[in-house]
Amino acid sequence: MDAHPNDSIIVEGGGSGVGIAALIDGTCDVANSSRKLKDEEKQKGLIEHEIALDAVCVIVNVSNPVEELTLEQVQKIFKGETTNWSEVGGPNLEMVVYTRESTSGTYETFESKVMKPDNVTLNALTKSSNGEMAQAVSGNRNGIGYVGIGYLARASDIKALKINGVAPTTETVQNGTFPISRFLYMITKGQPEGLAKDFVDFVKSPAGQKIVEEQGFVKMP
Amino acid sequence: MKGKIRLKLSGKVLTAPFASVSILAVFFIFLFVFTQGLPLFNQISPFDFLFNLTWRPTATPPSFGVIPLILGSLIVTLLALLISVPLGILGAVYLAEIANPKIRELLKPAIEVLSGIPSVVYGFFGLVVLVPLVQNTFGLPTGETALTGGIILAIMILPTILSISEDAISSVPVDYKEASLALGATKWRTIKSVTIPAAASGITAGIILGLGRAIGETIAVMMVTGGAPIIPTSIFYPVRTLTQTIAAEMGETVFGSTHYSALFAIGIVLFIMTLILNSVAIRLIKRKNGERR
Amino acid sequence: MKAKICQRLGFGAARIAILISLSIMGYLLFYIISNGAGIISWDFLTKPPTSGMTAGGIFPAIIGTLLLVTLAIAISLPLGLVSAIYLVEYSSKESRFMRLVNSAIYNLNGVPSIVFGLFGLAFFVKFLGFGTSLLSASLTLSLMILPTVIVTSVEALKSVPEYFREASLALGATKGQTILKIVLPAAFPGIITGAILGVGRAAGETAPILFTGAVFYMKGLPISLLDPVMALPYHLFVLATEHPNISKVRPIQYGTALVLLILVLLISLTAAVIRYWYRSRRRW
Repeated sequence: MDAHPNDSIIVEGGGSGVGIAALIDGTCDVANSSRKLKDEEKQKGLIEHEIALDAVCVIVNVSNPVEELTLEQVQKIFKGETTNWSEVGGPNLEMVVYTRESTSGTYETFESKVMKPDNVTLNALTKSSNGEMAQAVSGNRNGIGYVGIGYLARASDIKALKINGVAPTTETVQNGTFPISRFLYMITKGQPEGLAKDFVDFVKSPAGQKIVEEQGFVKMP
Repeated sequence: MKGKIRLKLSGKVLTAPFASVSILAVFFIFLFVFTQGLPLFNQISPFDFLFNLTWRPTATPPSFGVIPLILGSLIVTLLALLISVPLGILGAVYLAEIANPKIRELLKPAIEVLSGIPSVVYGFFGLVVLVPLVQNTFGLPTGETALTGGIILAIMILPTILSISEDAISSVPVDYKEASLALGATKWRTIKSVTIPAAASGITAGIILGLGRAIGETIAVMMVTGGAPIIPTSIFYPVRTLTQTIAAEMGETVFGSTHYSALFAIGIVLFIMTLILNSVAIRLIKRKNGERR
Repeated sequence: MKAKICQRLGFGAARIAILISLSIMGYLLFYIISNGAGIISWDFLTKPPTSGMTAGGIFPAIIGTLLLVTLAIAISLPLGLVSAIYLVEYSSKESRFMRLVNSAIYNLNGVPSIVFGLFGLAFFVKFLGFGTSLLSASLTLSLMILPTVIVTSVEALKSVPEYFREASLALGATKGQTILKIVLPAAFPGIITGAILGVGRAAGETAPILFTGAVFYMKGLPISLLDPVMALPYHLFVLATEHPNISKVRPIQYGTALVLLILVLLISLTAAVIRYWYRSRRRW
């Protein structure tokens, strides 16, 4: 906004679904999304622009000795079948599973890459945002949850587990070896014009990608 | 004479429409919440909504059973009452009957002021103090439980119950108490067997108002109960209330979708519940006012 | 003897009850005040947040809350006051209409705040097309505090003695003149108290503004009624439930909580003081 002093960008909250719906409604110009467009949405003329990569990391409290899990173990834990940390090489403590509200994009990614075809157990405590999730796991040594990779750097007292032996890093996310990763998109209705185009172009530019990295996400390969 | 009458009629005509705004407001709220919620029943039957045991609004296929949510609301509310009603009535007895007038003059307004504390502040306090406290005191895997929700709600409705019960107790006619004392009963016996029963309608009305406030509370419970839509089998497990479901899920729901209607349908349930509670309370207050000599 | 022991126990229980109640509430206040006092500074109150909410102040949230409550009371006070005038001065007691109005007010008061939020979303934001804005949020809040304003205004008007009105009418004034020049000024402090209580309630509510107007961050302050707005309760809510970096943001959470608390308590105190002054000053 310093480069365009007469323009302003207002950021409204709400998950991927809300932004896309607002775009269709015409009440916003650009929607950020952490999921791909559905077919019906593409038919309404929406276009997705890949702007960054995100990884959904399985996190536990730093005091937890467990360092890695297989994708299958993660699935069992979140299904509610594995309930004690001792079952996966940890201390004899009851697991506390945290999940996101089911309307979030992070949840959708986690569900599609890890859980399908099953659901996350109803016993899981629901958190409304990546931030709240990070806060919860950092405050509970029994906890396990998942956050976007961008939140690892900003939060304290949590650590990401290796999944199937792969740790979530810039390289593993960019080359696809980390199993729980996704593209982040900015969506526009039709090709963007004017300020919206400038904004999307900025984000894709090296300067924008630098900010992507600073915020803890993974820049485009 | 003619000039005066004309003006009087105009005054009435001018002001009456304003009074009807309240009626319109209640009517419109009901109308809109109702009409936004009804589309849900194009997708699922009311029976499914009311009696299904699973709330999974974004699964494939989605499931919109509100039983876990209703039970969640009920359990935290019941806990809140269990804690705040004894404290509130006994505390009111102290204020009305035992405390010396100076202390009462000081405490009554203080309690009224305390009842104005915003719910998000209660929620914040619950989050940073109560949740770890409950977790450590009871050795639970997590402190976000129905119990924590019940405690924070109890703290929130305590001023209401205290105030209204105190009002009810102190408005019991003096002759009742004097007659009892004259017959030889102690002050406490009088309070227990004469005053409190006489104030029963007012106290109950206060409890019901507190109950209504507890069921309708959103933010404070949202921050401490964990939000898991399970059938509560113990107070030490997390729960999810009707109110927090609306608040937590609406932000990411697409306008006009089935999920959107489902959340409004929850709103209908809440609206009806509080409507019923309020009519019961108002009937009790009327009875209390009618009985007084 | 048994009766005396019963009394001791009973009185003791009552004393303990009030002590527990007061200490819990007192502890809450003490906790927020002691943790939040350190962060309050002139900068905190007058500067906007920076660095992703981890530093800076909460100025826009304070202004946002002030804007919201000002608009809310600007809408509900005239509505509520005139309704109260009708109820006290004009309606024939026990008419069906009046009973309907009273029951509507009572029920409106009991509607959960989240249901107000739902209504605000469906009606002001979507149906009337005001969008997520200062306007939608204040309209929603104004409906919520309307019962408070009406009930306190009714009480205030009722407490003006009949002979004020009778004397005025006997001297030849019309009913309208009596109300405007005699009754209202006499009831003024009571009416203002009600308005202040309504303001206090509106300032602290989160649920009604959740989907109708509150945002977590915007650059600058709202310029038009259709702009969204930051608000203290929503700010505290988001800070407490969203931010990943707790250690950095905790002080700001406490600071926001304290500012909100002080604001609301000041408002309640003002209302209480006016009510007290009014009672001691009036000559009837």
